Amino acid sequence: MLFWFLTVMALGSALMVVFSKNPVHSILWLIVTFFSISGHYVLLNAQFLAIVNIIVYAGAIMVLFLFVVMMMNLNDISSPLKNKWLKFAGVISGCSLLLVLIAALKDTGTMQQEVLLNTGKIGLINNLGTVLFKDYVLPFEISSVLFLSAMVGAVVIGKK
Amino acid sequence: MTINHYIFLSVALFCIGIIGVLTRRNVIIIFMCIELMFNAVNLLLVAFSKMHYLAASVIDPATTAGTDGQLFVFFIMVVAAAEVSVGLAIIVMMYRNTHSIDASFLNRLKH
Repeated sequence: MLFWFLTVMALGSALMVVFSKNPVHSILWLIVTFFSISGHYVLLNAQFLAIVNIIVYAGAIMVLFLFVVMMMNLNDISSPLKNKWLKFAGVISGCSLLLVLIAALKDTGTMQQEVLLNTGKIGLINNLGTVLFKDYVLPFEISSVLFLSAMVGAVVIGKK
Repeated sequence: MTINHYIFLSVALFCIGIIGVLTRRNVIIIFMCIELMFNAVNLLLVAFSKMHYLAASVIDPATTAGTDGQLFVFFIMVVAAAEVSVGLAIIVMMYRNTHSIDASFLNRLKH
């Protein structure tokens, strides 16, 4: 029941992201989408990822988007003339990709396997932290270098 | 819930992201649709991780199978955060140079 509620919320707000005119509205709808995906993580008992999803995506990344949009003051810029046929072609090709993927995945063998909901301890921070700092410590350190280079890159690009 | 519910939800979210990238001309919206596609993949990874955990915990109740999938999601989030910071810096620079964030404005790269 909760699954269907979160699914409808995620899909509806994702559609609103694409089809709303105002960029600020799309950002707010994207935050709603991220919250419903975090709800899905809670439903799957992946509590660490649910919290990280809210803090990193809805908290940090979306605020960065909002800052950029408000700094640019996009409401003044009248949107340029759009080609209706181009838009139509985009929607058609996206829908056909959806159709192809569903048709390809519909009859695969694993489709009827159950997913464990509400219980299971692998999504808790105890287990994830142990594995992260035991088996994945090298990628973890490399990602810190990645962050440093991204920070330097953002500053260098922004300074010009 | 069976895994096919999660597969169809993720496929639908991913295709909404694709439609957004193809139809919108605003660079920021295109960027947000890429984030939407990241999240569809993340959701599918978590669902598959719980599927494998359930299959493995029938044999061994103390198993930690499926942890790798959730750590992949963690690393995808890390990379996405780094990507957003650089991408938004590029968008700001483009806005400063052209006073527009229309993607079709970059067509002049081909001339």
